[in-house]
Amino acid sequence: MSGENVLSQSFEIIGGNFGRAGKASTTVKDILKELGIDPSIIRRTAIATYEAEMNVVMYAEKGEMTLRVTPEMVHLHLQDQGPGIPDIKLAMKEGYSTATPEMREMGFGAGMGLPNIKKNSDLFEISSEVGKGTRLEIVIYLNPKVKANP
Amino acid sequence: MKLREIQRLLQAEVVWGTEALLETNIECACSADLMSDVLAFGQPGQLLLTGLSNAQSVRTADILEAKAIVYVRGKWPDEEGLELAMVKGIPVLSTKRMMYEACGILYTHGLLGILVSDTIKKE
Repeated sequence: MSGENVLSQSFEIIGGNFGRAGKASTTVKDILKELGIDPSIIRRTAIATYEAEMNVVMYAEKGEMTLRVTPEMVHLHLQDQGPGIPDIKLAMKEGYSTATPEMREMGFGAGMGLPNIKKNSDLFEISSEVGKGTRLEIVIYLNPKVKANP
Repeated sequence: MKLREIQRLLQAEVVWGTEALLETNIECACSADLMSDVLAFGQPGQLLLTGLSNAQSVRTADILEAKAIVYVRGKWPDEEGLELAMVKGIPVLSTKRMMYEACGILYTHGLLGILVSDTIKKE
């Protein structure tokens, strides 16, 4: 991850706090708007951020999301402290969900979260350790012509 | 279709929205109670019809750049959701119609679904 830093900001996400859920993502969106980033990039980033934030709220004890904006890209790093994901391949499958009824009552848990984050990212990496937590790296290039796998 | 026309067709109450916002032109609509599905399949500029009345419905609309929200089954947004809608300038309507009926009324009056309208635009 190279490039001159334009902006870097971290957000604390509290697990189980549905009242605050999504506030970090709304702030990220507002920051990108203020920077004059292209609306389609903002939208993709906002969706990826919101899905990732909701995953932390729903499954983890707590997490931290760091937004970095460089002249080339929007980079999001998420690290949570939680149960982790035993089978990442399965978790990436559309429609696969371990959501509780409470999570579904909040409007989430359709099993679309992780696939949707990947869909909206140019680069997406996920790693997880059961009993410790999950880490996500998300990159969205500011120039849409730049692709992850040319 | 103007939001004001949607309000009339659904006999909906304006929970929040200015006169100017009711003149907003809506090109397509998506209905769901699961916001994960809306985030996965929605598109900017759409109308969101939902029965999910918590703040996440408004937050999803904001993230997705939806133009307005219609709550079905007589639902209203909760206090936090309403406050967020006002801050973000997202007009909110509430209709007593059930989801199926509300969608059917709008569709038969020409308001297309997101995938259909997307296909037509591409053609």
